[in-house]
Amino acid sequence: MQPTLNTVDPAEVAKFQAMAAEWWDPNGKFKPLHMLNPCRLDYITRQIAAEYDRDLSADLPFKGLTILDIGCGGGLLSEPMARLGASVVGADAAAGNIPVAQVHAEQSGLTIDYRHTTAEAIAEAGEQFDVVINMEVVEHVADPQEFLTVCQRLVKPGGLMLCSTLNRTVKSFGAAIIGAEWIMRWLPKGTHEWHKFITPDELFDMLTKGGLNPVDRKGFVFNPLGWSWSISDRDLSVNYVTASTKPA
Amino acid sequence: MDYDCDILIAGGGLNGPALALGLAQAGFRVTMVDNRSERARADSNFDGRGYALALASKRLLNAIGVWADVAKDSQPMLDIKVTDGRAGEGPSPFFLHFDHTELEEGPMGFMVEDRFLYRAFLKAVQSEPNITQINEDSVVDQEITPAGVIATLASGRTITAKLLVGCDGRKTGVGKRAGIRRTGWEYGQTALVCAIEHALPHNGIAHQFFMPPGPLAILPLPGNRSSIVWTETDDNAKAIHALSDKDYLAVLRPRFGDFLGEISLAGARFTYPLGLTVADRFVSERVALVGDAAHGLHPIAGQGLNAGLRDVGALVQVLTEAKQRGEDIASILVLERYEQWRRFDTQSLVATTDLTNKLFSNDNPLLRIGRDLGLGLVNQVPGLRRRFMREAAGLTGDLPNLMR
Repeated sequence: MQPTLNTVDPAEVAKFQAMAAEWWDPNGKFKPLHMLNPCRLDYITRQIAAEYDRDLSADLPFKGLTILDIGCGGGLLSEPMARLGASVVGADAAAGNIPVAQVHAEQSGLTIDYRHTTAEAIAEAGEQFDVVINMEVVEHVADPQEFLTVCQRLVKPGGLMLCSTLNRTVKSFGAAIIGAEWIMRWLPKGTHEWHKFITPDELFDMLTKGGLNPVDRKGFVFNPLGWSWSISDRDLSVNYVTASTKPA
Repeated sequence: MDYDCDILIAGGGLNGPALALGLAQAGFRVTMVDNRSERARADSNFDGRGYALALASKRLLNAIGVWADVAKDSQPMLDIKVTDGRAGEGPSPFFLHFDHTELEEGPMGFMVEDRFLYRAFLKAVQSEPNITQINEDSVVDQEITPAGVIATLASGRTITAKLLVGCDGRKTGVGKRAGIRRTGWEYGQTALVCAIEHALPHNGIAHQFFMPPGPLAILPLPGNRSSIVWTETDDNAKAIHALSDKDYLAVLRPRFGDFLGEISLAGARFTYPLGLTVADRFVSERVALVGDAAHGLHPIAGQGLNAGLRDVGALVQVLTEAKQRGEDIASILVLERYEQWRRFDTQSLVATTDLTNKLFSNDNPLLRIGRDLGLGLVNQVPGLRRRFMREAAGLTGDLPNLMR
């Protein structure tokens, strides 16, 4: 099946394809994502647990839930969700990511339905999920509003969507472009285009227009002293994450 | 890959069962392998060895359900007196005095004989359904795969697990097979350990005398008994250890004077050569080291077990958090969080212990005046004294949840 790539910018897809093999190297090119991951997972798991009344200390707390991970990459979020018992579909528009993710899941003894496809294609097929995870994707698509409206169709009525992106502030230009791409070389130059970044208010507007109820927003803050990330209630100036519910 | 358990622990001393209990309570399935029989581990004869458990360690034992069992046989350390002494002379007028009433948390530590600890651990492990014990066997080989570790035991049996933890002491086989190297040095000193019975009560006071050949600690046990940890140069220690009980006591008596009245030996005598050894890494792919396997410390301040229990608290927390996030608990990404947490603490503890030993195991008159002034100064400044006390109680640094 030839996926429809209408909201995906082809130049962006090619860029990530070049990086795909490096996904699971903790000290490779995706080191910043591996460093951020515990923080992202803390947010995701707690939001899902709260929404669906699950006990995270139990075995397989997400058993019975269906989760779609849009822009799954090498499976950094899909694998943990599967390990917690959810049935996971990992979707990525970059074909190169899929075999990387599949090989790794198999090695880890996990069953995950990885697909080279797009949000649009899944929505066209009429599939819906309890939870849609939509992390660090919206700043890479050609039309964020249209993309988020499509994503809303993927959420079951009463379901949850978690969406993170980069804020458009002077600080985010310094941190994400100058810091991460130019100085630290954590990310290849040109990974991000600052003018595509979205402020939390803009994202809340787009989510609402798309038919969702945004209910929570938090910042991911990098602490250079401890060299680690933490979740912040107030500082959303660079990386931030939101939770939205779909009316039942 | 099918796993026999989530976590395989090599070594069933004290850190091994503490870790097994902490992990089992967090919902992990644990297998613990020890080369001794249960009976040998829970041998209940009084042998005079004891541990000075810092308050933080007591909290961990409480959290894993062991403390209730040893509490009645423990002796709270109400005061700690640190004195610069010299054999045959009275203590120098400068000394440090830590009174527990200055610390809101209560006693800084507790003395517990190891026989009570072993027995309480064994009982708790036996009644924990998530723990499988394998006795009189040991891990002799380990194969690391992308999804797990396959350990071969001396009996030929194999066990598959997600993670292998070495609680197997400073000669750690788990660490060696993982290719982890160690750095270490000897002190040329040996600790003589025994228990004494004394005529006068100790009132819960622990004493530390700094003598030129090395420190002498008198640690209060329940009743009119105390545990003695007495450090001498290797040659002295060898000669003293060879003496009869009567002559041994004759050497010991003038070391700390007559404030406890007439003393006699209670239980056996032990010697431990002192050295410091630290593993270059505390983790590798699907392997973690805990306690002496990661860092063998000079027992100058009784910090060996306390440091090991801090490892236990940190590892339980890191693995529990990783499990609840759905992470692969044994990936190097997760294990490095444990290493980062513990390496910092260990390095400062190693440095402090080494410095304290070099500073105090010395008869240089200038150094002696300097340290006496230092001790006197610390004693005069309540804020500084309380800081030392909190340090001794194990309440400083980034405490694992199990110790809060």
